[in-house]
Amino acid sequence: MDVLLIHLLNSLLYASVLFLIAGGLSLIYGVMRIVNLAHGNLYAFGAYVTAWAIGTVAAGASVPVLLVLLPAGALAAAILGAVLEPTLLRPFYKRAEEYQLLCTFGLLMILEDLMRFIWGPYPLSASTLFESFGSLPVGESIYPTYNFLVIGVGAAAAIFLWAFVYRTKFGVVLRATSQNMRMASALGVNVNRVYVQAFTLGCFMAGLGGAIIVPGQSAVLGMGVDALVLAFIVVVIGGLGSLEGALVGALIVGFVREAGITWFAEIELAVLYLIAALVLLVRPAGLFGRP
Amino acid sequence: MSTLAPALQQIGSTAQTLRVAVPIAALLALVPLVLPPYGAILLAYGLVMAIGALGFNLLLGYTGLLSFGHSAYFGVGAYAVALMVKYLKVGSMELFLVGAIAASVLITALFGVVCVRYTRIFFGILTLALSQVLWSLAFKFFWVTGGTDGLRVPTPSLFGGLVTGAGDKTAFMSHAYYYYVLIMFCACAALMWVIVNSPFGMALQAIRDNETRAEFVGVRIWRYRWVAFLVSGVFTGLAGALWVPLNGLTTPDIMHWTFSGEIVFMTVLGGFRSFAGPIIGAIVFNYLKTYAIGYTVYWQLLLGTVLVVLVLSLPTGIVGTAGKLAAKFRARSSG
Repeated sequence: MDVLLIHLLNSLLYASVLFLIAGGLSLIYGVMRIVNLAHGNLYAFGAYVTAWAIGTVAAGASVPVLLVLLPAGALAAAILGAVLEPTLLRPFYKRAEEYQLLCTFGLLMILEDLMRFIWGPYPLSASTLFESFGSLPVGESIYPTYNFLVIGVGAAAAIFLWAFVYRTKFGVVLRATSQNMRMASALGVNVNRVYVQAFTLGCFMAGLGGAIIVPGQSAVLGMGVDALVLAFIVVVIGGLGSLEGALVGALIVGFVREAGITWFAEIELAVLYLIAALVLLVRPAGLFGRP
Repeated sequence: MSTLAPALQQIGSTAQTLRVAVPIAALLALVPLVLPPYGAILLAYGLVMAIGALGFNLLLGYTGLLSFGHSAYFGVGAYAVALMVKYLKVGSMELFLVGAIAASVLITALFGVVCVRYTRIFFGILTLALSQVLWSLAFKFFWVTGGTDGLRVPTPSLFGGLVTGAGDKTAFMSHAYYYYVLIMFCACAALMWVIVNSPFGMALQAIRDNETRAEFVGVRIWRYRWVAFLVSGVFTGLAGALWVPLNGLTTPDIMHWTFSGEIVFMTVLGGFRSFAGPIIGAIVFNYLKTYAIGYTVYWQLLLGTVLVVLVLSLPTGIVGTAGKLAAKFRARSSG
């Protein structure tokens, strides 16, 4: 029973981080109709910045200070996104999507090496924060307390995002632009500004995903590329452009991955991709997508 | 060559093409006699990738489908050869090619059925997801595929055992194997030329340009796309099979989706709107990557920048840009 509970917690942990990455990817696609292949690298960038901030710069500081520094990665990813959208992506909105994919693929290569250049080829860890939280008893077993924080942040992000998109004026503008960019523009919406804001928000979420997971793991090269493929599975299952879909997709992928690691480790990834392919076959737009 | 390519594409006459292609093939045949062995081997890599990119471009350039999963078919060709060595103790290149073609026909036929129902971004994501299935299998089933250690492939015997790789491996690769690759490349390029200029190839271009109209005049879109997918995948699988003896080792890296990205990169670098584009792109990309890796550890940064600049400012690639420059030059000299 305890073992199952711990599996459940692990699934929720995966799902939280995956939701942050895939939610951002989906939000950006929903509003701007571009698939950002470099999205995983923004997640990795967030992880590196946070690991660098709390593992190197503020090493040895007290836990509250470290906690305050935790979102540094998310902010850094948001700033990077706010710079990238107008400079590199804006010229591509009116062109065939092959070019968008290629441009973001080039961006992926650039960011991958920039991180290697800045932080070197070795893993960067920030485990002091993770360790300082200790662990909580779960039945007979124990579970790291920090992981509860990650799950909490994931849940909070989902709620905030829902409120943001469905309960604020900005959310209305965002959804209007997503549904009909020309109409929104004709009604006086500054579409360029909405695009920057949506892209920045998407990058912030990816960066937050990296920032909160990095104390428990380490920032390593290649983590972005791996995360991107998982995020793809999530949005394919849930439906590209749908936030509810990203949430449900992240939960499904989280559970299947945890089950896979436990019971069918060899074909864990293959099963995930096959689920994605099956969903596409049965419901091409994903479980929650607009066809 | 590059300046003539767009003109070639438009004229489309076989005689005209042969007048350009034959001298180029003759020049390529001289390479092992002129260049040091390293130069010939490097060019052999480029020619192998050119076969793969030609296959890829049947989908992107002629059918209008952007696949982000062609690494899978390249990998299927390569692993088919490696597994034939491991389990069947085969050493003949001809048998390798037959095995690789059979394996890639099977896989692409199956993947094609799933993928060609979609177009645009979903086609890209679906091909990517399916290729990652194969990658994860190659990565995880290490007792079969060797995992990240990969599988070694010894020097094969060519032409039914007439030429064997006994002796100096470098000399074999830079001469006998180079010519083998060159022959295969010429055969594949000629075959692809015939395919894209056949009624079938024209139908594909009609689908690319206007799906609805193509359907209206009686083109069975779904079936044509599937056949294009099949042919495209088999060409790339053949490239994988030719690549493996050259490299001596196959690892899961060549199945990873980032390698698919490289295939797209080289095709766009050359220009996907022309027949010769992917060939030139693959050869240039191969040099570019080799020298970038030799020059700096940050080669991805270099290549990524090249890619971004390329799609921002030269979307027609090397061939398209050269054609435009040639047209401008001609207009100036005549006027």
